[in-house]
Amino acid sequence: MAAVVDIDVLTAQLGINWSDVNLDSIQLPPGNDFGIESDDESVYQDDQSEFDTGFGNIIVVDHLPVVPKEKFEKLEGVVKKIYNQLGVIKENGLLMPVDPDTKMTLGYCFIEFNTPQEAQNAKEKSHGYKLDKSHIFAVNMFDDFDRLMNVKEEWEPPQERPYVPGENLQKWLTDDKARDQLVIRFGHDTEVYWNDARQKKPEPVHKRSYWTESYVQWSPIGTYLVTLHKQGAAVWGGADTFTRLMRYQHSMVKLVDFSPGEKYLVTYHSQEPSNPRDASKVEIKVFDVRTGRMMRDFKGSADEFSIGGPGGVAGASWPVFRWACGKDDKYFAKLSKNTISVYETETFSLIDKKSMKVDNVVDICWSPTDSILSLFVPEQGGGNQPAKVALVQIPSKVELRQKNLFSVSDCKMYWQSSGEYLAVKVDRYTKTKKSTYSGFELFRIKERDIPIEVLELDNKNDKIIAFAWEPKGQRFAGIHGDQPNRDVSFYSIKTGTKTLERVSKLATLKAKQAKCPLLVAPQASTSFLAGLKGFNGQLEFFNVDELETMATAEHFMATDIEWDPTGRYVATSVTTVHEMENGFTIWSFNGNMVYRILKDHFFQLAWRPRPASFLTAEKEEEIAKNLRNYSKRYEAEDQDVSLLLSEQDREKRRALNEEWQKWVMQWKSLHEEEKLVRQNLRDGEVSDVEEDEYEAKEVEFEDLIDVTEEIVQELM
Amino acid sequence: MTIECVNPEGLRFNQMKSSSHQTLETRMRPILMKGHERPLTFLRYNRNGDLLFSCAKDHTPTVWFADNGERLGTYRGHSGAVWCCDISRDSSRLITGSADQTAKLWDVKSGKELFTFKFGAPARSVDFSVGDHLAVITTDHFVGTSSAIHVKRIAEDPEDQVGDSVLVLQSPDGKKKINRAVWGPLNQTIVSGGEDAAIRIWDAETGKLLKQSDEEVGHKEAITSLCKAADDSHFLTGSHDKTAKLWDMRTLTLIKTYTTVVPVNAVAMSPLLNHVVLGGGQDASAVTTTDHRAGKFEAKFYDTILQEEIGGVKGHFGPINALAFSPDGKSFSSGGEDGYVRLHHFDSNYFNIKI
Repeated sequence: MAAVVDIDVLTAQLGINWSDVNLDSIQLPPGNDFGIESDDESVYQDDQSEFDTGFGNIIVVDHLPVVPKEKFEKLEGVVKKIYNQLGVIKENGLLMPVDPDTKMTLGYCFIEFNTPQEAQNAKEKSHGYKLDKSHIFAVNMFDDFDRLMNVKEEWEPPQERPYVPGENLQKWLTDDKARDQLVIRFGHDTEVYWNDARQKKPEPVHKRSYWTESYVQWSPIGTYLVTLHKQGAAVWGGADTFTRLMRYQHSMVKLVDFSPGEKYLVTYHSQEPSNPRDASKVEIKVFDVRTGRMMRDFKGSADEFSIGGPGGVAGASWPVFRWACGKDDKYFAKLSKNTISVYETETFSLIDKKSMKVDNVVDICWSPTDSILSLFVPEQGGGNQPAKVALVQIPSKVELRQKNLFSVSDCKMYWQSSGEYLAVKVDRYTKTKKSTYSGFELFRIKERDIPIEVLELDNKNDKIIAFAWEPKGQRFAGIHGDQPNRDVSFYSIKTGTKTLERVSKLATLKAKQAKCPLLVAPQASTSFLAGLKGFNGQLEFFNVDELETMATAEHFMATDIEWDPTGRYVATSVTTVHEMENGFTIWSFNGNMVYRILKDHFFQLAWRPRPASFLTAEKEEEIAKNLRNYSKRYEAEDQDVSLLLSEQDREKRRALNEEWQKWVMQWKSLHEEEKLVRQNLRDGEVSDVEEDEYEAKEVEFEDLIDVTEEIVQELM
Repeated sequence: MTIECVNPEGLRFNQMKSSSHQTLETRMRPILMKGHERPLTFLRYNRNGDLLFSCAKDHTPTVWFADNGERLGTYRGHSGAVWCCDISRDSSRLITGSADQTAKLWDVKSGKELFTFKFGAPARSVDFSVGDHLAVITTDHFVGTSSAIHVKRIAEDPEDQVGDSVLVLQSPDGKKKINRAVWGPLNQTIVSGGEDAAIRIWDAETGKLLKQSDEEVGHKEAITSLCKAADDSHFLTGSHDKTAKLWDMRTLTLIKTYTTVVPVNAVAMSPLLNHVVLGGGQDASAVTTTDHRAGKFEAKFYDTILQEEIGGVKGHFGPINALAFSPDGKSFSSGGEDGYVRLHHFDSNYFNIKI
């Protein structure tokens, strides 16, 4: 600021007499303070608001056709028509300047809307609008012109930021002991462990209290762990520990779902209606996992999202969006009443800009590998119109195959994991319509014309309760029959001769009393295992190659069961639905208990999934053939570990025994010291018997030590 | 470990235990003693191990032959649940504590009531001192009174017996029950444990609080039972926090902790082998709502030194409230909420259990 003296000199030069000046009458132009800061803050605020209301509601539309005077009105009409759809144009709000010499328009116009919001909306919606081939609108806010004017004439290369390598999010896969990770949630804590079966205990990786506000979930190939919070969802991952990688804002998020390739995260929130007769409001957002950008949001009433789909919470069925298989996350589909909406992820818009109309469709299912959608339409008109299962190719929407089915009560579609087969379990009514029975329709997707085979159960009245494919294989299993005599049958789709009837039954296990579900170990190419969970936690480990039960076990009251991603171990857990024995047990694939961890208020256990193997089928086969050579190395390691373990165990036992011995010696000597006093207390009665007892105890004790040592050797 | 049991009806059943380090067959024929009409509360052998005394919520303590389970007699006189009892070293005197606000001295042989100590509150636990000249009796909090530990002098001749207390100890929190108080070595201390989860050692002469268990390592919930070693050197406590802990009786040092899956109501230590037994089960009020196996009404054996589970003995269909080892360590008995006393004589396999 200029000193007061300077000002005096300056005014004297200009011939102004300070006393004549009425300072209040001086008005500075708004928005320009000539570099003089005011001490009145309200001045700035006023300026700000004035600026906002200035031209915020005006947009500039460029790249309009240049037309002569005759066509002026027509063009004006067209422009008005377009922009009236996007907001209310003020009266005389459209200004299209005309060259005063040629009377031609200049190819741009100004449009003033009622509100800045409308202007903003109109800008966003119409920018890039194709009026015709050579006229693509370029729309800007009038306010932005200042900014655009300041663009430098010469292009400056943007500053190159130094490359910061991200963390290796897949590092957990490179564990040299090839262990798998699992996450458990109990009480307020969430913990991630290595499943260290060799050491017969889990090794902690990361632990955090109040990590999530509802539950945690792994992404489909295990890169991320997602946690849910009031404000939204967050994903965690990292090389050595778990750090927050990204947050996704979606307040009161209830459910999340990943696309199979982990590119996108779908979050779900539903609001209970204030009026009970209204449907609850649903909001779904799709985020790009890596950038955290919201790609698209869907809002609507729960009804729009509520047909089909297994499970779900009040309102919509979850997941609302079925992602097409394959890791490229190209398509996702939504099922709603009479329509299937298939979106593609490049633009997050509907394919061909319209949904598929399929009357009364109730279920859809993607092939796990190809962009083929299978859909089921139930019977209508009291059986006049048959039920239908159809395969539709996306994005062409061509129906590849369809089959009509009669007197069907329900239908479930099961894709085999490599997309080669589709099994459709069909529940049909018996003639009396009082009960139902089950059968299969098997589609061979990879063969010409997609042949369909029908498979019926031996006992025609049986119902299938649970079904499972062998991963990547040609076999499947089903539990059927009525309680209490339920059978498990195993079928192979290729073992039959090359006639039409190629499905053959391998075996049936009688009366398993299995309730549900049937679980198949993942990636188990040589042995195909099933764990059968009865209502009291009975487990059965079955080897399908040998067609024999390897082991039966029980985890009493077990509520959940989950195979690890490699099929080597299975975890059974008791969650808080039961009061006692909360915790989990890890079993080896052949039914041996590995270890057991008890945690009160146990909520959840989830194995960290692994991405698909990069090995080719031939390579895998080669490994399977030469398994003996490969396993040698690991056997040696196993032996080292078990030696070490038994050594540690022996050491521990020795220490414990020594410690206990010390106590006993101390007690004994004290007891000896007090002998006389005690005798006095007992009126002189000598307690010889007592001492004898002590001796006897001593002998027994040493005996026991010997026994323990022997057993350690046996264990080895 | 598999324990195959044959129940008296001749029905044979196999029981699998989940933690099967190895399989060991033990055939034990428990003797079922049905003499009480209400849940059992306490069991105690005399020093010779030939008599077993049982207390229950019905009003009559009962004495049984410990080898064949034959009922020898009952002690009639209480008008409330009997919580606890103790027998003098020479098996002549029995003392019982009852919810009828009395503790009674009995002549074991004749069943005659010798003396009644009257309190203003239920008597929860009783224990004779070394030499049987003193008894420690705990009382619950009741209208107007807070829970307390009373020391009574026991006269040689019942004629001279008086009801006055030699010493009265008040618990710091009078609203919490003291579930058990026993004599320390040489009658110099009294060890108590109760609902406030703390174990306290008191000077038996002055009544001063000498030691209190550390909150960090101590029990987290109510202590339900306390049993001491034959030589008064260490003792075992059981708690609702699903653990049992072994302590040095002189220093109150925590030596071992045994963890189980259900609240512990009763504990016992084998005088012969390094075994401890924990009994318990889910709360009796929840029993009817679940599978009978959910209750885990098992007497669980642990290795004292390694703190590892060895096996379990099933049979009760209610929580186990009382456990006792015979002094020779060759049999043990359990009393349940179901009103049964089960008397188990170990067979030879038990003595060769390896872990």
